[in-house]
Amino acid sequence: MYSRKLPYLLLLPSALFLCVFFLYPFVLVAWQAFVTDTGELTSEYFMEMATHWKFNTALINTLLLALAVVPFQIVLALYMATLVNGMKRGRDLILYIWTIPLGISDLAAGIIWLAIFEQTGFLNSFMQSLGFIEEPIGFLGYQNKGTIFVAIMLAEIWRATAIVLVILVAGMGLIPKEYYEAAEVFGASRWKQFTRITLPMLKPSLQTAMILRVILAFEVFAVVVALGGTNLPVLMGEIYTWQYDLRDSSVAAAYALVVLAISIGFTLLIMWGLRTPKGARV
Amino acid sequence: MAEINIKQVAKQFGGTHALHSIDLTIADQEFLVLLGASGCGKTTLLRIVAGLETATSGEVWIGGHRVDKLAPRDRGIAMVFQNYAVFPHLTVYENIAFGLRMAKLPQAEVDKRVNRTADLMHIENLLSRYSGQLSGGQRQRVAVARALATEPAVLLMDEPLSNLDALLRMEMRAELKTVLAESKTTTIYVTHDQVEAMSMADRIAIVNEGRIVQAASAVEVYRNPAEHFVGSFIGNPPMNFLDATALGDGWWDVAGTRIKGPSVKQNKLQFGIRPEDISVHSPKTSNPQDSPSATIRVLEPLGSHLLASCKVDNQMLRVVLDSDASVKAGDPLHWSPVADRIRWFDPATALAIL
Repeated sequence: MYSRKLPYLLLLPSALFLCVFFLYPFVLVAWQAFVTDTGELTSEYFMEMATHWKFNTALINTLLLALAVVPFQIVLALYMATLVNGMKRGRDLILYIWTIPLGISDLAAGIIWLAIFEQTGFLNSFMQSLGFIEEPIGFLGYQNKGTIFVAIMLAEIWRATAIVLVILVAGMGLIPKEYYEAAEVFGASRWKQFTRITLPMLKPSLQTAMILRVILAFEVFAVVVALGGTNLPVLMGEIYTWQYDLRDSSVAAAYALVVLAISIGFTLLIMWGLRTPKGARV
Repeated sequence: MAEINIKQVAKQFGGTHALHSIDLTIADQEFLVLLGASGCGKTTLLRIVAGLETATSGEVWIGGHRVDKLAPRDRGIAMVFQNYAVFPHLTVYENIAFGLRMAKLPQAEVDKRVNRTADLMHIENLLSRYSGQLSGGQRQRVAVARALATEPAVLLMDEPLSNLDALLRMEMRAELKTVLAESKTTTIYVTHDQVEAMSMADRIAIVNEGRIVQAASAVEVYRNPAEHFVGSFIGNPPMNFLDATALGDGWWDVAGTRIKGPSVKQNKLQFGIRPEDISVHSPKTSNPQDSPSATIRVLEPLGSHLLASCKVDNQMLRVVLDSDASVKAGDPLHWSPVADRIRWFDPATALAIL
């Protein structure tokens, strides 16, 4: 029964699936972004996108958000994973509790944080009842871009740190205990054990977690819409606006390609930055 | 100077006693082997000295300082692990340098020590490799080099050779012995392999069910086992044990023969003799009174000698015969023990009687 072709045959369904539902739409999008209705190759959609006044703001906001959120999430998740792995009892319970936000959609997460920050929200009524403020503050007003940014950051960190945590906890569990014992015997402090053993041996998990998070960070949308409306434009929001409000799929497609290019660029950067030297793999 | 003192160290895991109040002193520069079957507590004892395990009670002193409350890194020890624990993400060089980097030695000194220990362990050409590119034997060498590079006062080795194949193990055994003799460290070495223990140790501590039953030189534990267990554990084949019944005046009946033994009150003793401490006579020259007869059941030609498993008085007796002895299964065998090699054991306590 076994033949050389069998593995390829088994891979065929998933390959077909990817072609139909990923590659084909991708080609369509690329076509829309580069080709006019009359079938000529053009860069006019990209020009339109890039010269629009919101493009730079959206690009910078998206990059800044990713830059502010992802490193913080990685550090926080590393710390949480270390705590969880050091626990003798109740480890699973804590892990379940910490991963609850994973079960909440990003729009719902945005609305939860909106309920905290809005004019009549929990934060305002809390501070008011304690007498810290006389009247409610409009945290999310258009003149307070900084607080909107911070609120989105908080919501994103609350919502999506758990996925990093899960990946890192699994990765840490794979590091044999004896390496820590050896490091301990040879004089490494707790901190040194973390930097000299845990971090380097966690590279593959860190790589996965960071790529996943960075890609998702560039696609941030619902949380931003819930908390900032259109006050804080991001790339994904612009795609939506161009597609549905301005009814111009070609410019929307151009935007989509920009998001794709940034994602690929950062993925390659992370893969290169966290590469394992040949031979150093376990 | 790093004498190790283990004082009344006990360890319990839940309700089970892994170690019962161990007292042991290892002299400066001594090579002590902890020998025992798996699960006897020898590794636990080593890990307590290392600080990787905490004793339930008792004290550990190294070089005149009490260390049992200290972290492993503050005890001035180095260790070789059973599975080597060579860091896969570091090169051989950085593995050997690990302890030196932690001690923040200057790069020149690190370089000097790494190169010296690498030369010593014959891995100087592997320094830029990663552990994944090494064989088991090479990894073992890296693990030993890493430990020696820190020039430790105390070196702890946990079954370091058990993952190597037989030939490599023999080679490494001799090499380790030479290297460690030069390094002048106090060494505790855990193994379940008695040949390894006897060939390397200054002194062997035999561990059984959480107790040290005898701590003495290789020859001493072999010739004068302190307990029935030691006689049956050390030696391949192990010591023979036969029931002895008192005849009075220090004479004992062993399988139908009168043998001079200790004058003690007990009625029953166990007579112990090593298979090679038995002499065999031809039937004509022997007097049936003082040479008991056994029946050969199985013969195993082992090259250097012939091992005969015999039945005597319904008990098992193994005898080492000359490799060209002309005997066959079913033959009677007239034997007598070499008088000064006999050991007597109290069947109630299993302890040897002198």
